[in-house]
Amino acid sequence: MSFSVTEPSVRQKWIAGSLVIFYALITMLPLLWIVATGFKSSTDSIAYPPKILFQPTVEGYVNVFTTQTRLSAELAEQPHDDLPWYEQLARNKGNTIVGASRYSERFLNSVIIGFGSTFFAIVLGTAAAYAFSRFKVPLKDDLLFFILSTRMMPPIAVAIPIFLMFRNLGLNDTHAGMILLYTAINLSLAVWLINGFIDEIPIEYEEAALIDGYTRFQAFYKVVLPQAATGIASTAIFCLIFAWNEYALAVLLTSGTAQTAPPFIPTIIGVGGQDWPAVAAGATIFLVPVMVFTILLRKHLLRGITFGAVRK
Amino acid sequence: MAQIMIKNVRKDFGSFNAVKSSTFTIEDGEFFMLLGPSGCGKTTTLRMMAGLELPTSGEIYIEGEEVGMKPASQRDIAFVFQMFALYPHMNVGKNISYPLRSQGMPKAQIKKKVGEVAEILGITDILNRPVGGLSGGDRQRVALGRAIVRDPKAFFMDEPLGALDAEFREHMSAELRALHDRMGATTVYVTHDQLEAMQMGDKIVVMNHGVVEQFGRPQEIYDWPSTMFVASFLGSPSMNFLTFEGMIGNNRRTVEMNGVDFAIPESLEGARGKLAFGVRPEHVQFSDSSPYKGEVLATEYLGTTQIVTLATANGEIKSRVNAVQSIQVGDHVGLQFDPRTITIFNVDTGKALLSLANQEVLKHG
Repeated sequence: MSFSVTEPSVRQKWIAGSLVIFYALITMLPLLWIVATGFKSSTDSIAYPPKILFQPTVEGYVNVFTTQTRLSAELAEQPHDDLPWYEQLARNKGNTIVGASRYSERFLNSVIIGFGSTFFAIVLGTAAAYAFSRFKVPLKDDLLFFILSTRMMPPIAVAIPIFLMFRNLGLNDTHAGMILLYTAINLSLAVWLINGFIDEIPIEYEEAALIDGYTRFQAFYKVVLPQAATGIASTAIFCLIFAWNEYALAVLLTSGTAQTAPPFIPTIIGVGGQDWPAVAAGATIFLVPVMVFTILLRKHLLRGITFGAVRK
Repeated sequence: MAQIMIKNVRKDFGSFNAVKSSTFTIEDGEFFMLLGPSGCGKTTTLRMMAGLELPTSGEIYIEGEEVGMKPASQRDIAFVFQMFALYPHMNVGKNISYPLRSQGMPKAQIKKKVGEVAEILGITDILNRPVGGLSGGDRQRVALGRAIVRDPKAFFMDEPLGALDAEFREHMSAELRALHDRMGATTVYVTHDQLEAMQMGDKIVVMNHGVVEQFGRPQEIYDWPSTMFVASFLGSPSMNFLTFEGMIGNNRRTVEMNGVDFAIPESLEGARGKLAFGVRPEHVQFSDSSPYKGEVLATEYLGTTQIVTLATANGEIKSRVNAVQSIQVGDHVGLQFDPRTITIFNVDTGKALLSLANQEVLKHG
């Protein structure tokens, strides 16, 4: 019998594979449950014992995007075969659609604020990280520590001061305010992560570019950036996930115009009983952009996480 | 191609003084070696010539133009880095053409030039490969290709063979030298390897602790070192120093050590106190008639020669003699030194005393 360090046996592969699948199932289960609930009818969603097999319906999705009211008795009598399918769904429950809900608005706010703050955190973070990595910055270590220390308390701990400041500055419930806030919170993470990635890039590459007739800035964006892309991409994902999911500050600082989806989704529960399918539908749609973004960058993400561990 | 002049160049990093007032001239077309132990300031000197560091004071002239404060991109020089610094996100051809693209050269012309350079270096068949999978030698060739493709005024190389394994290094150093002879470009080459410096260089500057100790042709430096540091840094095994208390007058042809008179090249400078009698191992000969004795401590067989370590009244010395000579550990042998090759050093200053033999070499260094 022979053992090899590099090539696992078939049995070992099976064990490893099952463990991964088992773990994936455990982590995926809540997610799958949310997605499934989004396609259930209200009755199915609260059935006990819980239903695993059910008649799928898009009722939840219609509900989350629309505002409905109870039909009057005589209107309910009228035939509704020639109405659009979403109105029919509402009619079946004795409701009628009176307009669009604010969900798409809130969702768009999330996109603007999430991606906007990620963009600024990455641009500023990359610039700062490059400076920390390449220039002689006075008090460099202290500054880096200071930047990190902004992350040491939970952001909600400073919520009240921020609320007061925002009120005085007129930033309450504005997109600019939320982008500014999330950028500020994410910036420390961005500076630290990207600084680590740029430190790993030998300075000779830039020097070679300088010798080859490029300016310092050209050397930065033609040589350093492509090589830091991996690290920047994974940092961007972390920043986006934070800004996208942030709830506490959004609840406190936004209400009408700039409210993001996380504080909005729980309010869907409201009218005429608990509409869990609508909540689940809203949550499912809310997951999509982060998933797409992560999948697009996943090649970078994997390399980014193992960066430094596997060096040539 | 260009002459390069370094005048009183000094570089401080904070309170650390990396280079102290260096002055030397590199003639047009020379293969010039900057030699010294690590931390001696040779790389810093090269980087200042290239524009990657700015000198704290002093002047640097390339082709008569003062460039000390000019950025690297405006000096029209090429630099080969120790770790090659090939752009990892580009393939071989792109790496080589990169400096041309910065000049905005038309595509067809770039292609032609890259082709020519690839031809010279024998890397035509790997032009489309990514640089990641290349062997050390091919990386080296690509780095050279990137340097020569734009016909710069001078080539600067920072230990370009340092990252290669010993076997291949020899081959590559010959290739480099041949390339230089073919192009006739001024080349400045940093190394800590004295053998490499002597093999390849037209001229050598030896630096130590940020100071230029000596500069000249390899043979001059080897034969007539200006300081004890240079004498011990060049040659393997290095020069022997027989230390003694004594004195030497002007115009003397002998020096007395332990009651024995040794012939030396006629002295032009007197000294008194702690002196060292410097002699290369190959100039230490065995002679039964000599009254100066040494005891054999060890022998190392090297094929055609052997290195014999001896204990003498003035310290341990090494001798390089023919391998056929039979020598046993514990033997007591008479020693004599080739009088034409002796350098006397003042131990306190570390400097060589002027003699009729070394005056010409030392006066220009």
